[in-house]
Parts: sequence; C-alpha cells; structure tokens
Amino acid sequence: MSATHGILPLALREVRFSAGGRSIIDGISAEIAPGPATIILGANGAGKSVLMRLMHGLLQPTSGRISWHLPGEERVRRGQAMVFQRPVLLRRSALANILYALDLARVPAAERERQAMDALREVGLADVAHRPARVLSGGEQQRLALARAWALHPEVLFLDEPTANLDPGAAREIENVIKAFDASGTKIVMSTHNLGQARRLGDEVLFIHQGRLAERAPVEVFFRQPASAEAAAFIKGETPWA
Amino acid sequence: MHTLGEIVLLSLAVSLSAVLFAALIGLPLGAAIAVGRFPGRRALIVLLNALMGLPPVVVGLLVYLLLSRAGPLGELGLLFTPPAMVVAQTILVLPIIAALCRQSVEDAWVEYEEQLRSLGAHGLRAALTLVWDIRFSLVTAVLAGLGRALAEVGAVIIVGGNIDGVTRVMTTTIALETSKGDLPLALSLGFILIALVILLNAAAHLIKEAAQRRYG
Repeated sequence: MSATHGILPLALREVRFSAGGRSIIDGISAEIAPGPATIILGANGAGKSVLMRLMHGLLQPTSGRISWHLPGEERVRRGQAMVFQRPVLLRRSALANILYALDLARVPAAERERQAMDALREVGLADVAHRPARVLSGGEQQRLALARAWALHPEVLFLDEPTANLDPGAAREIENVIKAFDASGTKIVMSTHNLGQARRLGDEVLFIHQGRLAERAPVEVFFRQPASAEAAAFIKGETPWA
Repeated sequence: MHTLGEIVLLSLAVSLSAVLFAALIGLPLGAAIAVGRFPGRRALIVLLNALMGLPPVVVGLLVYLLLSRAGPLGELGLLFTPPAMVVAQTILVLPIIAALCRQSVEDAWVEYEEQLRSLGAHGLRAALTLVWDIRFSLVTAVLAGLGRALAEVGAVIIVGGNIDGVTRVMTTTIALETSKGDLPLALSLGFILIALVILLNAAAHLIKEAAQRRYG
C-alpha cells in the first residue's frame, strides 16, 4: 500500500544538538526528499543515532530547525515509524504487539486484526502470531518490530542500525523486509556502519563525520569516488583520527 | 477465647484487604510518579521512600485520632472495628507498594520510552502499558506490602483494641499471650504466622516464575 500522507520533504536547517556540554550534532543542514532510500553512514559515535532521533522527533535540537512539509504534529507523527537497533516488544503475543500500535494510531478496531495479520505475513511471522513476542528469536523479534511498523503504513521509516545485533542470516531476512518497504513506496532512512548493507539497500548516502554532514552522494558515486578524505578513509576501513 | 482459626482468618482478611486497597492506589501512583515530570518530583520520591519505614504505632495513633469519637471521622463509628484496622494497614502499606512500583516502572521506562513515544503512547496510557508489561515484577512489591501488613502489631492494636472475637488478630494475640505468660500459645501462633507468610510468598514466586517462562 503506498503512503499518501505527504509529510515529506523533511528539512534540517543548521541543526545542532549537544548533551552534557558535548556537541554531538554540529550544524547539519539537509533535505530528505521522498523517493531514494537514504543511508546515514558513519563510524560509531559519529552521531548517526542522535540524528535519526532528531528527525523522528524523539529529541529536540539544541538549535536549528527541523520541519516537515506539512504542519500538524499528529499527522507528522503518524506519517513516520522507527525501528530501533534493539527491538522493544511488549509482554504479549506477536499479534497483540501490532494491535497495540494500531490502537495507538487510532485504526478502527474492526480493521486492526486484518492489518496486523497482513503485516505478520509480510515479514513471514504469520505462524507465530499467537506466540509471546519476548520468547521469539532475536531475528524474529526484529522482524516483528518491522511488521509493527509495516502495519502503520508510514510514509517514512527510520531504521537505526536494525541488523547490528543479528547474525548474517537473520540480517538478510531483515534486509529483504526493508527492500519490500522500499518497493511499496515507503521512504527509507537507515543508519548503518555496514558498507555492504549500505550498497545493497541504499540509493544515496549521507556520510556523517564527528557530528557534521561530510558528504552526500548517490551510492555508486560515493563508493567509487568519495569526495571527502574522511569518507575515502572510512571506506578503506581506516579511521582518519586513528 | 475464640478459636485459633477465627484469629488467623481475621488476620488474613484485614491484611489482604489492606494490601488490595493499597495496591489499587499505590500501583497507579507509583507508575505516575515514575513516568511523570513535575516540580517537586524528586522530593516526593525521597518522601515516598522514607515513608516505607513508617512506624506502625505512629500510623495507629494518627488513625486513632482520626476515628476517635472526637476526631474528624468519629461519626463513622469505625474505631475498634476491623475496617479501622484495614484503614491503618492500608496507610502503612501504601508507601511500600508505591515506592517499589515507582522504582520498577522507572527502570522499565528507560527501556521502553523511545519505542512507546515513537508509537505515540504518552502519559497515563504509557504508564498503564508499563505497569501491565512488568506485572510479574510488581508481584514482589505487593508481597512486600503483604508481609509488612501481616507482621505489624503496633497499628492494629491501637485502632483495633485487641477485642476478643472482634479485632483480635495473630500479632495482637501473640503480644497479649506473651505478656500473660502463655508462651506455648504465643509461640504456636508465631509459627503459624511465619508459615503463612512463607506459603504466600512461595505461591506468588511460583506463579511469577511460570508467567515469566511463558511470556519472557
């Protein structure tokens, strides 16, 4: 189902964020447009996760502005979903976890069950719908988190290193679901430090280095001919500050 | 003197009622303090933690003053009745359940906050979701309250009066029989009391374990 909320593009203007006197995001300006899957790439501690949380609205910038194309807090919130590195699932069945999210999104009760089952089928978890979510395997839990997002039909899906804690097999399954999201028209914004994953899933790369946007380029260009020295070093598997 | 059975049953009835009321008030209160952000929150948490050690005799005295003939609630005629004992024990147990619940919910909030906010759960809805999700851990808070209620003597003896066949419970009987010199009776009641507390805790622990295996 294609999303037609129309909250994109998302504009960041001179966004800064600091915590405990330490600057984490140091003046990032960018526009996130509908269409290409955006990969936020960078080393650990570069500020990727914080940037995602700022965009999703979980954190407020210390200065600068983050604005969506459409005003209206409620509509903007419902136009997006986020999948975290470690899925947080409630102590109830897999199905009930999705029903809970649909209830919060004010989906009419009569439609919730069908939407939730559709989402579980999409990620291949229909047969464990009635199992408690917390006893599923790590990969299944992350797929359930994706199904929960899928059921909400977001216009934008934020993914914060969604496969960082998973083995390669489980990570592949997650990547397949993300590809399905992308194909369905959902805008993907994903942070990762995994170059292979960035190549497989991304259309464009935002390379973050020490809280700044060091480079933005289409995926092929970025990997073939990085413009910044930091990005070139990162791709080579080196770190410029080491 | 009335039968041992009646004394044991009255003890259980009074303390279980008190814990029920204290849980009904204390669990939502603890969760609200855990999730809420308001001025004076830290002072309230310190106060709540301090009140866990409320001396039973002082609670008994305060409830006595409230319920005595000349007191503000004297017209209810509750003094020296089991309901008065329930009121006193509820006050005694409430801070324990609320404070322990606050701590558990706050720990859970650290884990759940971003996800719940991302899904659009705020305030009361988020608090209730948390309480329900950690319900098996909260059993411990309620049990701590029950242990306190069953074991205390100071509050019930003041507001109940230790009237034979009306307000005499296990702890007050033990106190009375010890002072009268009937040590075997006092001691056997003491063993019954300890056995009851162990039994209730064991049952609750088994339920909690089974539930955690089932729900993760």
